[in-house]
Amino acid sequence: VIVPTDTKIELINRLSRTGLPVIEVTSFVSSKWVPQMADHKEVMRGIERHPGVQYPVLTPNLQGFHSAIAAGATEVSVFGAASESFSKMNINCSIEESIEKFEEVVKSARNMNIPVRGYVSCALGCPYEGNIVPAKVAEVSKRLYSMGCYEISLGDTIGVGTPGSMKKMLEAVMKEIPLSALAVHCHDTYGQALANILTAIQMGVSVVDSSVSGLGGCPYAKGATGNVATEDVIYMLNGLGINTGVNLYAVMEAGNFICTALNKKTNSRVAQASFHTGTIK
Amino acid sequence: NVVPTPVKINLINMLSETGLQVIEATSFVSPKWVPQMADHTEVMQGINKVPGVSYPVLTPNLKGFQAAVAAGAKEVSIFGAASEMFTKKNINCSIEESLERFHEVMAAAKAANIPVRGYVSCVLGCPYEGKISAAKVAEVSKKMYSMGCYEISLGDTIGVGTPGSMKEMLTMVMKEVPVGALAVHCHDTYGQALANILVALQMGVSVVDASVAGLGGCPYAQGASGNVATEDLVYMLNGLGIHTGVDLQKLMDTGTFICNALNRRTNSKVSQASCRL
Repeated sequence: VIVPTDTKIELINRLSRTGLPVIEVTSFVSSKWVPQMADHKEVMRGIERHPGVQYPVLTPNLQGFHSAIAAGATEVSVFGAASESFSKMNINCSIEESIEKFEEVVKSARNMNIPVRGYVSCALGCPYEGNIVPAKVAEVSKRLYSMGCYEISLGDTIGVGTPGSMKKMLEAVMKEIPLSALAVHCHDTYGQALANILTAIQMGVSVVDSSVSGLGGCPYAKGATGNVATEDVIYMLNGLGINTGVNLYAVMEAGNFICTALNKKTNSRVAQASFHTGTIK
Repeated sequence: NVVPTPVKINLINMLSETGLQVIEATSFVSPKWVPQMADHTEVMQGINKVPGVSYPVLTPNLKGFQAAVAAGAKEVSIFGAASEMFTKKNINCSIEESLERFHEVMAAAKAANIPVRGYVSCVLGCPYEGKISAAKVAEVSKKMYSMGCYEISLGDTIGVGTPGSMKEMLTMVMKEVPVGALAVHCHDTYGQALANILVALQMGVSVVDASVAGLGGCPYAQGASGNVATEDLVYMLNGLGIHTGVDLQKLMDTGTFICNALNRRTNSKVSQASCRL
């Protein structure tokens, strides 16, 4: 199933009106590998660009980077992993080789004053290797940060992490990278995402990735959930008295739009509860 | 749609093999009001009682208490609420009056050496009143504790709580009731349960209520989820290095059994994910 370009653009435009400061738009990956992202140029050119909102895109290599810039991108992201097996299975090279590829992208980006965000996958566990050592996560994070990534997003790619492993991993990473340059990207495959995010926040992390309606499944556990739902994260942050600047109701509406368009049930519990009572708490 | 008695008995028997130390078996409420619980005596008498496991039952009044004891119950539970409107709508009296009714149960339980657990509903919000003051929760909890309840289970009945409100509420309650006598009962209606439970654990609470497969919906938000899933809770506790003594695989198998029997999907994410591995 490929989401129509118009639907993608409409979704992003709606998200732009919620107060969210960053919306990851698309991926400049080869359409041979990821046909669902073949319309990356159209999407990039078709969206409204709201002042104060960033629209980063994924750029797996130099070719993708150039393409992204040509299409108007002003921020890009690169992906590393804390697991050799995952790196090999996913992009058919070692962590070291992948980092060398990204170095080219980061160099070009820096020359053009384009900020680069670094992602580290499998930060709390790997579908192939199982347990991941916090020191390895710290090592890969440090490589990406030293290269010039302004922020490192630590991803619990298969959602196996718990507050215990989150704490240990962050403690190791925080020895190498300043807190303000860290973000967490928690999957909710085992229902642990909010507890893990809370732990990260308690330790001082202040950037949290999420997905409206919790869209995006898990390729390693068919049928299981994937990303944590933005609505549920906002609900928690509101309850903690944290001023996100995000309008929860607007996010729920964007979620309702995309779920209707995809004919899918939302993965957000806040949305499920709110639409059933007819009131927003 | 009533769950057949043998299914209930089998569910409880399977739970008894998981390492869980307390399994709430049934409710001795009038079958006129809650027909799904009409088989309370049969269930109580039908289950295997495993040594080391408690099988408390709900007893809304003295009559229920007596029926429970006659059926072999060794522990009972009573329910209060931190919201006047909730109490009025639910059992048609004030909080004060509801606690008065329980005095008889407490006296009888004391005489029979039967421990009583107290539940306080709506501790983080009420479907009618909205916000609930932490001081009110502390007041009701203190009353129930002073009446003789050995433990007070604080229930986020509609799951609206967040780590912020959980912290505020527990801080107030802990001024009146020792933390060793506190438990939390978090609903997952807004996906906040595990985060709320984590905060409670950080504050010293060491008893957590949950429901296998997250069964049990929310009467105030049709279709929304209700109880937090035991599997997801145990997964988190394991990750925190807390020794629960619970066998997660046996728990998941129990969840699978009851979901098949009810022809329902599990609400446990751990279960959903694990089935595919």
